[in-house]
This record gives sequence, C-alpha cells and structure tokens, in this order.
Amino acid sequence: MTIRSPYKRHSWWRSQASRGLLYQALLLSLCLAGVWYLAHNTLLNMSARGIQSGWDFLNDAAGFDIGESVVSYDALDPYWKAFLVGVFNTLRVAVIGVVAATVLGTLLGVGRFSHNAIVRGFCYGYVELFRNVPVLLQLLMWYLLLTEALPSLDQAISFGSIAWLSKSGLILPVPVWEFGHATAGIGMVIGLVAASLYRREAHQHFEASGRQHSMVWLPMAIVAFGGLAGWLVGGAPSTWSIPTVDGFVMNGGASVTPEFLGVLLGLVLYTAAFIAEVVRSGLNAVAHGQSEAAASLGLNRRQAIRLVVLPQAMRVIIPPITSQYLNLTKNSSLAVAIGYPDIVSVANTTLNQTGRAVECVAIIMAVYLTMSLATSTFMNWYNRRAAIKER
Amino acid sequence: MNESIISFKKVNKWYGNSFHVLRDIDLDVRAGERIVVCGPSGSGKSTLIRCVNRLEEHQEGVIRVDGVELSDDSKAIELVRKQVGMVFQQFNLFPHLTVLENLTLAPTWVMKMPKAEAEERAMQQLKRVRIAEQAGKYPLQLSGGQQQRVAIARALCLKPKIMLFDEPTSALDPEMIKEVLDVMTELAQQGITMLCVTHEMGFAKAVADRVIFMDQGQIVEQNSPSEFFNNPRNERSRDFLSKILGH
Amino acid sequence: MSAIVSEIFQPIPPRLAPVKTEGTLAWIRLNLFSNVWSSAATLIALVLITYGANRLLSWGLLNAVFVPDANQCQVVRGNGACWGVVSEKFNFIVFGRYPVSEQWRPFAATALLIALLVASCTRAFWKRWLIGVWAVVVPAYFVLMRGGILGLPEVPTDLWGGLPLTVMLAAFGIVLAFPIALLVALGRRSKLPAIRSLCVVYVELIRGVPLISVLFMASFMFPLFLPANKSPDVLVRVLAGITLFSAAYLAEVVRGGLQAIAKGQVEAADTLGLSYWQTQRKIVLPQALTLVVPSIVNNFIGIFKDTSLVTIVSLYELTGALELALNSDAHWRPFKLEAYLFIVLIYFIFCFSMSRYSLWIEKQVKRSKVR
Repeated sequence: MTIRSPYKRHSWWRSQASRGLLYQALLLSLCLAGVWYLAHNTLLNMSARGIQSGWDFLNDAAGFDIGESVVSYDALDPYWKAFLVGVFNTLRVAVIGVVAATVLGTLLGVGRFSHNAIVRGFCYGYVELFRNVPVLLQLLMWYLLLTEALPSLDQAISFGSIAWLSKSGLILPVPVWEFGHATAGIGMVIGLVAASLYRREAHQHFEASGRQHSMVWLPMAIVAFGGLAGWLVGGAPSTWSIPTVDGFVMNGGASVTPEFLGVLLGLVLYTAAFIAEVVRSGLNAVAHGQSEAAASLGLNRRQAIRLVVLPQAMRVIIPPITSQYLNLTKNSSLAVAIGYPDIVSVANTTLNQTGRAVECVAIIMAVYLTMSLATSTFMNWYNRRAAIKER
Repeated sequence: MNESIISFKKVNKWYGNSFHVLRDIDLDVRAGERIVVCGPSGSGKSTLIRCVNRLEEHQEGVIRVDGVELSDDSKAIELVRKQVGMVFQQFNLFPHLTVLENLTLAPTWVMKMPKAEAEERAMQQLKRVRIAEQAGKYPLQLSGGQQQRVAIARALCLKPKIMLFDEPTSALDPEMIKEVLDVMTELAQQGITMLCVTHEMGFAKAVADRVIFMDQGQIVEQNSPSEFFNNPRNERSRDFLSKILGH
Repeated sequence: MSAIVSEIFQPIPPRLAPVKTEGTLAWIRLNLFSNVWSSAATLIALVLITYGANRLLSWGLLNAVFVPDANQCQVVRGNGACWGVVSEKFNFIVFGRYPVSEQWRPFAATALLIALLVASCTRAFWKRWLIGVWAVVVPAYFVLMRGGILGLPEVPTDLWGGLPLTVMLAAFGIVLAFPIALLVALGRRSKLPAIRSLCVVYVELIRGVPLISVLFMASFMFPLFLPANKSPDVLVRVLAGITLFSAAYLAEVVRGGLQAIAKGQVEAADTLGLSYWQTQRKIVLPQALTLVVPSIVNNFIGIFKDTSLVTIVSLYELTGALELALNSDAHWRPFKLEAYLFIVLIYFIFCFSMSRYSLWIEKQVKRSKVR
C-alpha cells in the first residue's frame, strides 16, 4: 500500500531545485549566446581585414632576431621556436629572480626584528619605498641607470681585468666546457647522494644516543669533495675564456645583457619588499608564548627558533610567498617595455608581424596559466601536508 | 637541612622607568613546600614566579634557585631551567608536534637523551597525568583540560625539582578545571616543590602549605591556609577575600 | 609543618627604577648600542649615512639647477641634478597632451573625483544620497574633461593623459569592477554548480595571467569582437580591460569578507523569513564590506600602480607621458633620471598616504570590535 506524500504537490516553479536548474540554464545559454556573438564578429572582422586564423603560422619563418637566447636561434627559425626562446627567457629571469628576491626579502623581513634601530629603520624604509612605486617605473629607472650611467665599452669598469661592467652589460669569464666539467657534475651528484645517506645515518645516531654530529657543514663538504674528485678524474680542465676588451670589441667570455640585468634588478628589488612583509607577518604570527614555553623547557635561542618558531612561521609564510613568486613571474612580462625578449615581447612582435591577435594573446595567456596552475597545485599540496591538525 | 630551595632577598623589579612591579620581596621556599600565591590583578604575582626561571629579569636584589644565583649568566639560567618546570595559563603546547613529540623535545635536545629513552619517560609522564592514550594526537585535537594536562606532563619530563604554575586553570571551561586540579593535587603529594598562582581557593585550602597574598608588588601577608582564610590579619587581605569568597 | 606568619605589614611606596629603560639616553643605549654587533652596525651606518647624505645634498640641492635651462643643466651634469627638467616639462608630464590653457579642467575634475572616493570609503557617508552624489559627479567629471558643451572647448580622449588619466583609470576601474566583483564573489559561494564553476574559471583565469596580456587582449582583440563600425575608443577598451582585471582580484577580497561572516547571521536571517537577496543586501554585505575596506584600499593601491602599464598600449598616463615628453626631446633627454625621481615622488605620496589610510581604517575597525 503506497503511502501518500503528506505534502501537497506544488507547482514546479516553486521548487528550489527546479528554480536552480532554470537559473543555471538561463546563465549558460546567455554565456553561449555571448560567446557565439563574439566569435561570429571576430571571424567577420578578421576576414574583412584579410587576417587568417589558425595555428599553421607557427611553422613559418619568424623573420626577426632575438637579442638573447639560451638555445641557438636565428631569424630563419620558425615562430614556434621563437616562442620557445621567449619562454626560456621568461623562466631564466623568473627562476633567478625568485631565488634572489627570497634571499633579500628574508634578510629584510628578519631585519625588522633587529635590536638595532638603524637596521630596523632601514628595512622599514626600504619596504615602504619599493612597495609604493609602480614596478614598471622601477624597471625603467634601473634600465636607464644601466644604459646611461654606466660607461661605454671602451671605458668599462673592470674587476681585476677579468670581468667588465659597461653599457653593454656585464661580461664575465666562463670556463671552457670540457669533459672534465661533466665528470665534476657527476661527482657532485654522487656527493649529494652520499651526503643524504650520511645525514640519514647521523639522524639515526642522534635518536639512538642523543649526540648530534654536524648536519650541515659536513654534508656540504662531502658534496664539494665529490665535485672536486670528479673534476680531477676528468682531467682537471682549467681553461677559462677570459674576456678582453679592446676598444669597442669584446673577445671571449660571456655577457649578461643590460636588459636582463635591468629586468632582474627591478623585479628582485620590488618583490623583495613584498616578501619582507610576508616574512615579517609570518614571524609575528607565532605567538609569543611559544618562545616562552621553549625557553622554560631549557631550549637555547637557536634551538627554539629552529624547532618551535620556524616550523610554525613557515606554515604562515609559504602560501603568500608563493603568490609573490607568481607575481614576480607575471611582472616579468613588463620586460617588453625595456626590450628584454621574454614571451610577451616575442608574442608582441609576432602579433604585429602576422596580425594573429587571437592566437598570440592566447599563447601568452596559456604560458602564464600553466605556470600559475603548477604553482597553485604545489601550494595546495604543501598546505595540506603541513597544515596544523585540528579537531 | 633547612636551606631554601628558592630564596628572594630584597628583590625589586620595574617595568619601564616608573612602574615598580616588585617591591622589596623577601621570600624563602623550602624544598617540598607547596605555596599558593594570590592577589588582585596587577599585584605582581605572575611576575614573581616568572622571575624564578628568568622569564622576567629583576633589577635589584638576589634570587637563588637550587643554590644558583640568577643573573645574566646564560650557564646559570640553563642550570636553573633544567630544575624548574613551568605550566602556563595558555598551555603553550607546540601545535605542529604531536603530544609525544611535545614531551620528548626537551629531553632529546636539552638533555641529549636517546630517543627511545625520551619516549619511555614521556609515556611514563603521560600515564601519570592519565592521558597516555592521546600520545599520537596533535594538541589542537584535544580539549583544553587535556591540553593543560599534557603541558604539565611536558614540564615533568625534565624531572624538575620545582614546578611553577601561572594561573593554570584560568583559561579552562568550568567542567575541565577539576581534572587539572586533580593532577596538580596528586603532584603535590609526591614531594615536588610547587609555586602556584591561582584563584582556586579550594585547591589552596586542600593542598597548600602556605598562602602568600600579594598586593601592589609586595607580599602583604603569608600564612597557613587555614589561618589566612579564616583569620586574615591585614585590611587588604580581608578586602580581597571578601571579594573572591563572596559569590 | 609550622605556619610562617608575616610581621606587621608596612606598605612600601613606589620608587623610580635605578637604571632607566625609557627616555632618550636609555633608548639610544638599548636600540643602538645594545651589544658589540649592534654598536658596530650603528657606527658603520652613521658613517655611510653621513657620506650618502653629503653626496645627496650636494647633488640634489647645492649644485642643482632649478631653472629650465638646458645649457646650465649640461654644465652641472654629473655633479648636480637638473630639476629644471621638471619645471620645463611639468605640464606635459602631469597633464599629458591636454591643451595647456584648459588644464584647470582635469585638475578640477580629478580633485572632485578624489574627494568623492575618499568620502565613499568613510562609513559616515554610507547613506542613500551618496549614490545621488555619484550620479552627479560622474557626468560632471566627463563634462569637465571632454567638454563640447557649456562653452567648454572639446578635448578628445586621446589627448587625455598624465596624472588625471592615472586617477581616472584607477578610480573608474575599481568602481566599475565593484558590482562585477560582488556578483562573482556571491556566485562563487552559490550552491548552483554552473554558476560557481563559471565564477571560479573567471577568477582563476584572470589571476593566472599578467595584466599586460589582459591589456593586449583589450587593445587588440576587443575591436575584433564588435562589429566593424562600432570600434570602441582606446580609452574605453583599456578601461574595460582594467575593469575585468580588477574585478577578479576584488572578487577574492569580497569573498574573504563574506567568509568571515559567521554562518549564524545567515541562519538568523533565514529564520526571520528574509529572502536570499534580502539577506545579502541587508545583513551579510554591510558587515562583510566594512570588514574588507582596508583590503579594498590595498587593492586600489595596486590598481593605481598598475595603470602605469597602459603605457605599453599607447595611452599616456603619468609614466607614459614622461616617456613621451623626454624620449623625443634631445635637449632634455639626458635628464630623464630627475624627471623619473619626480614621478616617483608623486606615486609614493599617493600610494603611501593610501596605505596609511587603510591601516588607520583597520585600527578603527579593530577598535570598534573591542568592548
């Protein structure tokens, strides 16, 4: 015997569930209509202007030079290779920038807690100054200083006659690549493995007996030793390409362009100010009672910081610092304003040459989205792993 | 042997230039004695016990703990902190470590004990405060009363001669106060020297050998609990007692 | 156990501390010379500061040229600053290519706009008539800037530039972004999956790409999106790009505020019979928005700095106007650094004051919560 529902059946449009479906259907059809309208216009406009669409242009010869590149490239290479060079250039400045900005930012952030008022004041002043000026302006100023305040090549500032600083950039001596360097690299990798084995051993020894051997210096020495041994095995190559400056000509060595230096300097100094704030608020976030409890248990200051304060501070610091890393990577797109050939710069040139606005902008966005997604995924993983477990 | 394990001689402390928070404190605590310090807020009672393990520095006078004079000397401070355990009002457990790790941290890093031995000692202390089954949990997964008991166990892991309690039950919900007081009472009966700042007068009556009443930085009156609660000799003590025993 | 009875109690009056910890001398001792390293750092810093201040003063003031004379500037080049470049190019840098005789108009319009923005951030002004004031000031702004009526000569939008353009892009960017951000923030918390996913995709897409790519999209792709005869103004396109960009970040800020409102508020409103939109309008949003005003101001500071990017798509706001003014003028080009320092000062004053303001608001909010 079926039991009648106690509710009176109401009209369908009063049910919350069907209302929800209706709204969503409306929204989706609006969106689809909008997208269709935009796409339709775009195709019309593009055919009217004689712009083709499609991705086949990527195989055409690029026809423009790129100022600096990690891989070999010339104007006859296809567009896709030009884009690749752009991506590498972006990564190059982003990776070095992130490392340098973290080091500088951490020093500044910790400096806010110094006993010395001048150090505190300097860190505060630095942060306020660099945070309140647009990054593009900072990039332009550093580039101006690098290209105008520095002497021209024939009067370059020399560092011991083996390195030179001038308008044309920083010229450094580089070792001539030989087999011995590869073996040195292998030696260092072996050293790394040995060092981590040693650390594991030392940790077990500490747990078993309470005495701790060196956990930092000795492993580093092992890695260095591995590298040295590998270098010796490979024949101890020691030829360097030492640059000589002869008037306006530079022979040998490797140069770091003023564009790269300008972008790097501008981004690092700007982002370091934000990282300093993140580090400072992270350290502040650890309650004072934690250091008191650590002290009352007899831990000395270094132990208290390493075992109690720092682990808790890291949890608060890692998410915002990751978004600062992303900001630095996104800000590297401003390199187009001073001529550093990053992905935006290359895409801009391509866009102007081929008129394929949609494809080029899409490539730029895809590159940055990939980097952002990768960083967000890492951050979410880290957050989950490191979260303080609560009820 | 009648030597004090803690002695304060003419101790004065200031915050800033003019806030005279401890005034000419003279105090002798014998080993095994259990003392409750009470008084209105701002009277300096927390500051007094925090001076014992050098969480606060005194400017004048001499403080001796277990024969060691407290001063800027870091060796002296290290020695003293090994003998003095402290329990805080806000528990101050390390939230990123499990209960067991909270307890083994100091024995491993300060007393350089092997991990296995430290863990055994930790489990002993956890059993003592009757919370051994929570050893693998994280502090924020426990209730307030449980956290405070873990904090007591953590301080006991170093086998201190003296235990300081800074308002240990003030941050707890009423139904959890008893479990912590029970643990403290048991501890008191095992011969450890206790210096306790608390408002729990029932605990004072049951456990304390001496009650010290402080007001405005001075020790106004000290007496056995029965004498102090039934027969306060000073105007200020009477005033204070009427306020807290009234409701 | 013998009881220890205290002697007759003698109250001790408070004394002053024997060793001062407050006061100037004490401060100097504790903050500058507290230990060996600190003292060493102080001494080194003092040496560097005196040397640096000396060089700066002689370059910036004593040897500097203040008159707009390029020849004098060339003479002191290297030893003295050429502030003459600022006096010479001031109108161009600050107002862009706007006709000089009419430059009182962007000045007045911008001042009005700034006053309105400041008022809108103060809780005291959150009344009904604020919307009326907006409805009056915004058209007045455009009338002043563009002209063409009321006897004011017309000035087309591509001549607008300099500081008024910066303020305008930032202000209108955030004002137009606000309703979008509200809807997106609410949509992200919606129970309906299609709405929620759309909002998430929008926010994550925009936040994952640099502003320059959004500006490129606005600048190169928007003309393709619309029928050929309706190609929008450069200014409108760029403003649309900035709005789209700010709305995503603002949505996250608002969402943070919405999350901070206790669930009990919505539950109480439900039991009282309020509809979804009534609850949001009357209960949730007023509380959430008050909470996030400091973050909104910080967001505004970010957008204010980001307007400098429109230089890359050929709109000449403050930074762009400077480039335009000096890149083509061979006489004054060598003194670009001084001009840069001038606009650094302008940006710094604006942004620093705004960040102080947002800190002040935060303190006010905190204070209102403490009983």
